[in-house]
Amino acid sequence: MKWSTVISLTLVVAVLAVWEFACRFFAIPDFILPAPIQIVTVAVVQSPIFLPHAAVTALEIILGIVLSLLIALPLATIMFVRPSIGQALSPFLVVSQAIPVFALAPLLVIWLGYGIASKVLMAAIIIFFPITVSLLEGYKDCGAEYVMFFRLMGAGFWDTLRVLYWPWALPFFFAGLKVGVTVATIGAVIGEWVGAQMGLGYLMIQANARLKVDMVFAAILWLSIMGLSLWAFVGFLEKKFITWK
Amino acid sequence: MLDVSNLTKSFGDLTVLEGFDLTVKKGKFTTLVGASGCGKSTFFDVLTGVVPRDAGEIVWKGKEVPNLGKKAAYMQQKDLLLPWLSLIDNALLPARISKRDNGARGKALSLFSRLGIDGFEDYLPRQVSGGMRQRCALVRTLMFEHDLVLLDEPLSAVDAITRRSLQSLLVLFQSEFNKTILMITHDVEEALLLADEVLVLSAFPMNVCETFVLDSPKPRRGDNPAILKTKEHILQVLESEHVNGALSFEAGEGGLV
Repeated sequence: MKWSTVISLTLVVAVLAVWEFACRFFAIPDFILPAPIQIVTVAVVQSPIFLPHAAVTALEIILGIVLSLLIALPLATIMFVRPSIGQALSPFLVVSQAIPVFALAPLLVIWLGYGIASKVLMAAIIIFFPITVSLLEGYKDCGAEYVMFFRLMGAGFWDTLRVLYWPWALPFFFAGLKVGVTVATIGAVIGEWVGAQMGLGYLMIQANARLKVDMVFAAILWLSIMGLSLWAFVGFLEKKFITWK
Repeated sequence: MLDVSNLTKSFGDLTVLEGFDLTVKKGKFTTLVGASGCGKSTFFDVLTGVVPRDAGEIVWKGKEVPNLGKKAAYMQQKDLLLPWLSLIDNALLPARISKRDNGARGKALSLFSRLGIDGFEDYLPRQVSGGMRQRCALVRTLMFEHDLVLLDEPLSAVDAITRRSLQSLLVLFQSEFNKTILMITHDVEEALLLADEVLVLSAFPMNVCETFVLDSPKPRRGDNPAILKTKEHILQVLESEHVNGALSFEAGEGGLV
């Protein structure tokens, strides 16, 4: 096992141990701060309740990722190929991230309804930015001497993009995607808080209203596991596709 | 085959080429020798169209052309292999880009074998040595179906043993594939071992200050008295050009050393 993994696990265990001990020693009520064992127990025992909600949130996140990829890939490419368009679009990209998602969520729910569409869009708005920026930086990072070599070979735009720029930018793309999938849950959950009929965010709001704090923490645990799984999956894809590093 | 006349290129106040003339004969190995920073690579950049020329004429096979961009194979000091492609796929890149597959793979495999890198076709560049990467770059250069090959100090980054074997291969392939080679180098001995014609370049603005026609058979040996004598002479010329260049730079005449 790597040292970094050992240190991470040790830290997690230490924090949980202190938390568990504090809850028991100070007899903190469950509705204020439930102990870690209590949270895990709720997350496991109540999994028949959590599963359908988690499935909805997962679907929103995955569709959000797909939508953000559909936006980010052509957008970054256009911004790279036509720098004037890139400069014109940059302020809009920055503004899209500067507006708090909390401000956008109610509007999206009004426009797109209580179904998953508004949550998918929320997630996509959050995810597409790191992917676009990373991919654009990846394209720009491409070595000038390689570009010149492709020109001398007589390579056209599509050949250069496919054979040179895209593989060159791939590590950057995956770095952006890792950030994107990590924050994807934020968009989906905020959308669910504002207005939804299903999802872990919806479940958290319901549990919070009934002072079932252990349920809230259990939902957070489920979200964390989903985020970690997505991050690990992107890492797996990264290793699969980037074999030359 | 290639006639360059009155080629001029300046970068602001700095004139790198001024009325530069050069003739390269078909099937010959011509080497340009000059001190580092004299403008050799700028000349190649102008020749290939990477940098636009200010004035002058490039005549290729009797026709005036804007540049030699897509008419010449090009090999640099850096191997420029794509790290995500296997050695064989790197070598096949010119065929892939030009969408022609008339036995390209077979030709590449045969060249791999002759260059001693067979068995490594599916390796990635990072998995092999610098010398093997440079051999692969040489295969890729030979895969271009162009008569003219431009070599920009292609062997300066490899070790002495690899350099010697690649020099022999360059000579061999030049005659076998009937290529016309124009190489720039700052290694006088290398120029004398490989070339049919060695052009010694002046400092800024770069021009040909002496020409040596070498008709002795190849491969040549570095300890040959005639080669040693010519090498000494060229080094003296380069040294005096280097001093003149430095003096003109110090005098603010726009030269680089």
